[in-house]
Parts: sequence; structure tokens; C-alpha cells
Amino acid sequence: MFSKYLESIAGISVYPMFSLMVFFAFFTGLIIYLVKADNAHLDELSQIPLNNSNDTIE
Amino acid sequence: MIIEKYSYDNRIVRNFAVATIVWGLVGMLVGLIAALQIPFPNLNYGPLLTFGRVRPVHTNAIIFAFVGNGIFMGLYYSLQRLCKARMFSDGLSKFHFWGWQSIIVLAAVTLITGHTTGKEYAELEWPIDILIAVVWVAFGINMFGTIIKRRERHLYVAIWFYIATVVTVAVLHIVNSIELPVSILKSYPVYAGVQDALVQWWYGHNAVAFFLTTPYLGLMYYFVPKAANRPVYSYRLSIIHFWALIFLYIWAGPHHLLYTSLPDWAQSLGIVFSIMLIAPSWGGMINGLLTLRGAWDRVREDVVLKFMVVAITAYGMSTFEGPMLSLKSVNAISHFTDWTIAHVHVGGLGWNGMLTFGVLYWLIPRIYKTELYSKKLASFHFWIATLGIIFYAVPMYWAGFTQSLMWKEFTADGVLRYPNFLETVTQIIPMYKLRAVGGLFYLTGAITMAYNLVKTMNAGVLEENEAAEAAKLEVLTVEPTGHWHRWIERRPIQMLLLSLVLILIGGMVEMIPTFLIKSNIPTIASVKPYTPLELQGRDIYIREGCYTCHSQMIRPFRSETERYGEYSKAGEFVYDHPFQWGSKRTGPDLQREGGKYPNVWHYHHMMDPTTMSPGSIMPSYAFMVEADLDTSSTGPKIRAMMTLGVPYPKGFDQIANADLRKQAQAISADLKVNGVGVSSQKEIIAVIAYLQRLGIDIKASPMSDNAVKP
Repeated sequence: MFSKYLESIAGISVYPMFSLMVFFAFFTGLIIYLVKADNAHLDELSQIPLNNSNDTIE
Repeated sequence: MIIEKYSYDNRIVRNFAVATIVWGLVGMLVGLIAALQIPFPNLNYGPLLTFGRVRPVHTNAIIFAFVGNGIFMGLYYSLQRLCKARMFSDGLSKFHFWGWQSIIVLAAVTLITGHTTGKEYAELEWPIDILIAVVWVAFGINMFGTIIKRRERHLYVAIWFYIATVVTVAVLHIVNSIELPVSILKSYPVYAGVQDALVQWWYGHNAVAFFLTTPYLGLMYYFVPKAANRPVYSYRLSIIHFWALIFLYIWAGPHHLLYTSLPDWAQSLGIVFSIMLIAPSWGGMINGLLTLRGAWDRVREDVVLKFMVVAITAYGMSTFEGPMLSLKSVNAISHFTDWTIAHVHVGGLGWNGMLTFGVLYWLIPRIYKTELYSKKLASFHFWIATLGIIFYAVPMYWAGFTQSLMWKEFTADGVLRYPNFLETVTQIIPMYKLRAVGGLFYLTGAITMAYNLVKTMNAGVLEENEAAEAAKLEVLTVEPTGHWHRWIERRPIQMLLLSLVLILIGGMVEMIPTFLIKSNIPTIASVKPYTPLELQGRDIYIREGCYTCHSQMIRPFRSETERYGEYSKAGEFVYDHPFQWGSKRTGPDLQREGGKYPNVWHYHHMMDPTTMSPGSIMPSYAFMVEADLDTSSTGPKIRAMMTLGVPYPKGFDQIANADLRKQAQAISADLKVNGVGVSSQKEIIAVIAYLQRLGIDIKASPMSDNAVKP
């Protein structure tokens, strides 16, 4: 029953190749970004949870 | 710059915290009962409290009630603070809380009364499935509403994990729950056999990934830096951790089906991605542990950090073990044994449990503005829980190895050394007892925590609305130039869509070919649909949770074909809505059970297993001799099966009950000849009919392999 819907999708075989390309491009981009990323910016991001000082026990 | 005043909703955090504690105690207690039922089968009280019904209550209570509420507790606390905003809607928060608690209660009641779909960790029936979807969407709206009205431009990495969780759990739940209702509390999945197995374990594995792991990693990335009072070791690493994890996890499901009838390519796909998962998982573990660099002296004194260190270490151990178990050669030994049980409990007790406790000990004093009632008791909890994990895991590893090696051992003459399955069970009974001791330790610790936290709550006053202030987030008129990833770090909706695309591609590549390519599941001409009586018997088999102890999947090993018979073929399961391959053999495999023993053997065995197998630990199912089979459901069930494509002749639903009675009377007459008088209308007759049918379709044709049509 389920397969009938999928069979009707034209050109479904391109999905695996498409996926591979999406992932390759995505992770290549990610690595390039992380290598070039600005340390000060990343430090600022990692401080976000600590900026909230409301939750110390008096 | 405009400074805005607002408040954090601590009441909802407290409510989820209390629910976490209460359901945690319930889930652990039920787990202890189940653990004791194995070495002491007298503790099975049929029909409500047999192992087959108790075990799903335990797993569902721990995953969805204990860990589920734990997620919401930590998420509602951290999300508000990371977004510098109150939750989007107090009404939705309340609806989410009470909706989730009612789901839990409904789940417990339906599971214990035998209303189950028979698919592990997705046992709940369709009305509850719909309720889960509704509550989950409300939660999603509440979460995204909060993110959108935030006063912090960037989304901290914990929020990414939360987003991925919300999106993926919704997809998993919906896809795996597509089922055809037969009555208000009975349905059949639209998938059958191999396809059902693939969808189920795609779901099952990702329930581990996106319910037990990603939201807890979000909690780790928030609460570990908070407790250690220093930022996460490497924010770079956390970005890689996130993307690699959500990309890889979704593909790994088929590693639960190694050496089964699942097509080989799908098995290999699961293995490859499982091995790759070591990298992001260990990246995450290292990131968590190294956050404590320079603060290790504090771990000695701070019980919160102790819990967190053990949790992260357990995360590292189980995410190393997982990929190892995905190797075919290791899986051949570990699968169907207690090794799997040990593995999931290192994750459950170690990672989820210990992190939850750490967060609770950190959070409760803070929202109650007081000190923890007793540090000594908390420290006691830490040590007894850690000991509990060891007493749980070590005996289960030992039991798993021992039993698997016994299953596989041949004598010099080439016959099985332990042909009687029961021998391999009685050998490891002491290990089951030790495991229960471990569970008792762990539960004791949790009770101590409950006492300690109640005392803490009584000593303080809940600050229901915690005042805060922050600058209003100004609309950026000019987009700052920068990398695309910095762009997405500020955009929750785009983050949602990208996560969704990543997980959907993984899921589709895994599943579409199995649905499409006919040669993946060769049909076998001699495999016929179940008779109405067998179908009813099968539904009783599902109702009683027989799959929690018995597999129906003979792997292609000599040790298995010698013991059970011809290995399982994909084409044998085409009418199995749902599949019942199982994942654990506390009892023997049943796929070729049909025709092995006479009807009267099954009758006595179900009445009192020890009469046929002295020393058996199976519960008695004597109540099936008393209970009448409900034949009013036969017609609708046959019609549902026909809708799903099972080739019963047209109009068969009208005459199904006549067919059912004929077959039942034949079995009843056969029992009578053998000295057992039992009415043909009893449930036991249907169960016997089903058990006698199992696996005989391909026995009928001696050249079964040749009967396989491509």
C-alpha cells in the first residue's frame, strides 16, 4: 500500500546522489567556517549561559 | 537602548521537576519488579502483572515519564534564561504539563490492561498517539514562541539541540505511528514485516538519539557550565558535535537488525553510520568533561558536579559501546542477550539518570532560594547510585556473554552442547538476582533524593516569577556581513528547516528503497495469510507482550538453525502487521514453533510452564483458559487486514467467524483426545492455533529456497 505512493514519484533515484552532495557541501562549509571563525565571537557565544546571574543562592 | 523588565516562570519548572521525581520513582520501582519477576516467576500475577505487560510499563515510564519530564524541566528553565524571555504562553506551558501527565497515566493504564501495538517503545495505541502529537505541537509552539520573542540575538548551542529534538521527535512519532484503527483501542500498523521492522528501528534508535540524547546534550551544554561556573571547553567543538550528531544518528537504526531478514545493504548502511557516530559522541563527551578543566578540585566537594561527571562518562562509554555493538561480529554475540540490557542501562541509569539528578540538585535550591537540605544525603545518593549502576551492568554483561557462548557451543561430535534452551537460562539466574540488587541500590538512592528535595522545598519558598531585565533586542537594519553559519545562528526557523531536511534525507534514503525495490523482499508462494483464529491468537500474543522475551527471527548461524530450524526469510513476514521479531531472548525463538510440540503440550505449558519445562521462568497464563475469545472483533480485523493489502478473498470478513469456530473446534477436539477438556471458545485455543502456525509455511515446501521468486 505504502509503496504505491512512492513509486509514483518521478526520478526518485536521484535522492541518494542529491543527499550526498548536500551533506558534502554542508560539512565542507561548516569546517571552513569553524577554521576561520573569530575566537572572540565564539567566546562571546559560550558566555551566554553565564551572563544570567539571577540564579545564585543567597 | 530600552531596558525591559520581565519574569521567568519557575512554577512550570518546579511542576516538571516534581513530575520527574515522582515518575522516576514509579518507573524504577516497576523496573525492579520486572527484574525480580525473572528469577522469581511467582511474582507474575496474571493477567495484569505479568512480565510481558510490566516491562513495557517500565520502559515507557522511564523514557517518556522520567526522562521526558526531565527534559521539560531543564528545557523550560534554561530556554527562558538563554532567551532572556519568559515562556511564550503560560497557558501552553500548563497545557503541555497536564497533557503530558495525562498521557503518562493513560499509557500506564492501557499498557497494564494489554492495549498495545506490540512495537517496542511505541506501544501506545492510536488515540494516545494522537494526544501525544497534539501535546508535542503545543510544546513546539511554546518553545518557538519563546525563541522568537527572545532578547538575546544569538541562539546558544543548547537551543539548537532543543530545536532538533522538537522537530525530529515529531517526525519519528508520526511516521512510526501510521496505523489503521480497528477499534477504539486496537490498530494495525500500515507497514508489515521487514518494512515494519525497518520503520520501527529507525524510530526506536532515534528515540534513543532524539529523546534520550540530544535534549540531554542541550541540558549538558547549559547546566555543566552553570554548575562549574565556566564556559564550555570549546564552542567550536559543540557546533561540530551538533551538526554531525543530528546528521549521523538518523541513519543508524538498521544496526538493530543485523543478520535479520533486512536487506544487506540496509544493514551495512546502519553499521557505517553507527561507527562514524563515535566521532561526534566522543567530541561531545570530551567537550563536557574538559569544561571542568581547572575545576576538578571542586568535583571532590560539589555533589552536582559528581553526578554530571559520571553522567558524561557514562555517555562516553555507551556511545563507544554502541558502535562496537553495531559491528556484525560483535552483534552476532551480543544480540538477543542481556548485553543489550546492560548497554541501555549504562545509558539510562548513567547518562540520563545521573544528569537528571545533577540538574535537580542544582536547580531546586535555586528556584526555592535556599540551600540543599542535606549534602550528606546527596553524597550518599551519588555513591549508592554509582554502585547500583555497577551492580546492574556487570552481572548483565556477564550473563549476556555466558548465555551467548552457551547458545553457540558445539560438542566435538558437532551437536549443540546445550540443546535445551532452558539450561542457558538457569545458568544465569544468579546474575538476574544480582542485577535486581543493583536496581534496588539505584532506587534507594532516588528515594533519598526525593526526601532530600522535599525537605529543601519545605525549607524555602518557590520564587514563582523570578524578576529579570534585559535590553530589548533591536531590529538589525543592516545585516552584519559574515559567514552563512553566523547567519543561521540567529535564525531559529531556518535552523528548524535545515535540521528537518537533514533528518528527512537520512530517513528517506534508508526507507524508500525498501518500499520500492521488489527484490528487497522476495515473495514466497507458500506463505499464506493467517486464518481468523490464528490472527486472534496473534493479537493475544501481542497483548501479552510475548515479544518482550521471545524473538521470531532465526539468524543464519549454524548454532541457530540447529536449535530452531531454517533461518528466517524476508518473504515470510509479509502479512505480519506488526512484525514480532523481538529484541531479546529470555525464552527461545518461536519462529519455527509450529508443529514442534502437540497442542496438549502447549496447553499444559501455558497453564504452568514448569510442568513441561521444569525450572522454566515463564509466567503462567492460566487465565487464558478462563477467558472467552472475543469473536466480535474478527470481522473488523479481517477488513482492516484487507485494507492493508492482505489477500483474503472478497467477503471473507463475513464468514471469518465460521472459519474460526471450525478451526477452534478441531483444536478443542484434539485436546479432548489427549485428556484435556477445554471449550473451543477460550482464548487459549487461539493462542495454540497461532503458535502451531508459526513458521510452517515454508516447511510445507521442502525446497523452500527455490520457492523464492525474485
